[in-house]
Amino acid sequence: MTVGPSTSARTLTLKVLLFATYAEQAGRESVVLTLPDPATVADVLHHLRSSVPGLDRLPIQPLAAVNQAHARLTAPVRDGDEVAFLPPLAGG
Amino acid sequence: MSAFLTHEPIDLAALIRRVSGADRGGIATFLGLVRNHQDGRAVLRLEYSSYEAMAEAESARIVAEATGRWPVAIALEHRLGALEIGDAAVAVVAASAHRAAAFEACRYVIEEVKRRVPVWKKEFYADGSVEWVDPTRMAAPIVTAPGQ
Repeated sequence: MTVGPSTSARTLTLKVLLFATYAEQAGRESVVLTLPDPATVADVLHHLRSSVPGLDRLPIQPLAAVNQAHARLTAPVRDGDEVAFLPPLAGG
Repeated sequence: MSAFLTHEPIDLAALIRRVSGADRGGIATFLGLVRNHQDGRAVLRLEYSSYEAMAEAESARIVAEATGRWPVAIALEHRLGALEIGDAAVAVVAASAHRAAAFEACRYVIEEVKRRVPVWKKEFYADGSVEWVDPTRMAAPIVTAPGQ
C-alpha cells in the first residue's frame, strides 16, 4: 500500500446508470462522477442528489447495484465501478 | 449473449423442451401474463425495460441457487419491450424427477425474479395516462380468511 502526499488527493471515477423513473427525472441514463477516494454507494447517492438536476427527488434509500449486483448503501465503490440506482422493481 | 431476456414472444413449448429429459418425470411451469387492470384502472398495454446486463447476471444467480438447492433443471425467460394484454411477460419452467422439487423450485425462481431482477414496467391506461409501476406503493391486497 502506498502512503504519501498524493493519497489524500486520490479520486475515483464512476459510471452511474439510471433507469425508468430515475432516468426520466434526470433526463439522462448515465452520469460520470469523480469523487474523493474512499467513497461508498451512499456518497455517490448524496453527490447525485445534490449535483444533478432532477435527482434531488431520489429516495433517501433507493435500491442500488455495484457492477451488476445488488449492493447496500454502505458498500464501498472503487475506481471504474459501474454503480446503478434502481427504481422499485416491477418485473414478472 | 442474452440468455434470460428476450424481445420476442415467449415460446413456452421451447422452454419445456430445453429442460425435458428421460429422467425428469415432473415439469412445473409458471407464466406471468399482462393483466388488463392495475389498482382498479384499465390497462391498454405496457412496456418492459431492464438494466439488461444486471438482469442477466441476477437471473443466472437465481437459477444457480435453485439448481443448487433442488435436483432440477430450470428454464427462465423474461420478455422486454411493448406487450399487449394477455402476452406472457415471464416464464419459469422447472423439471425434476418428481413433482415436489419441480413445484418448489419453480415458485422460488419466480419469487426471486420479482424481488431481485431489475425490470421496470410502464403502463398505458385507458384514460390516456402513463405510469411506471411501483409495486411498493400498491394498496395491500384484500385478504379474506377462510370462513369469513
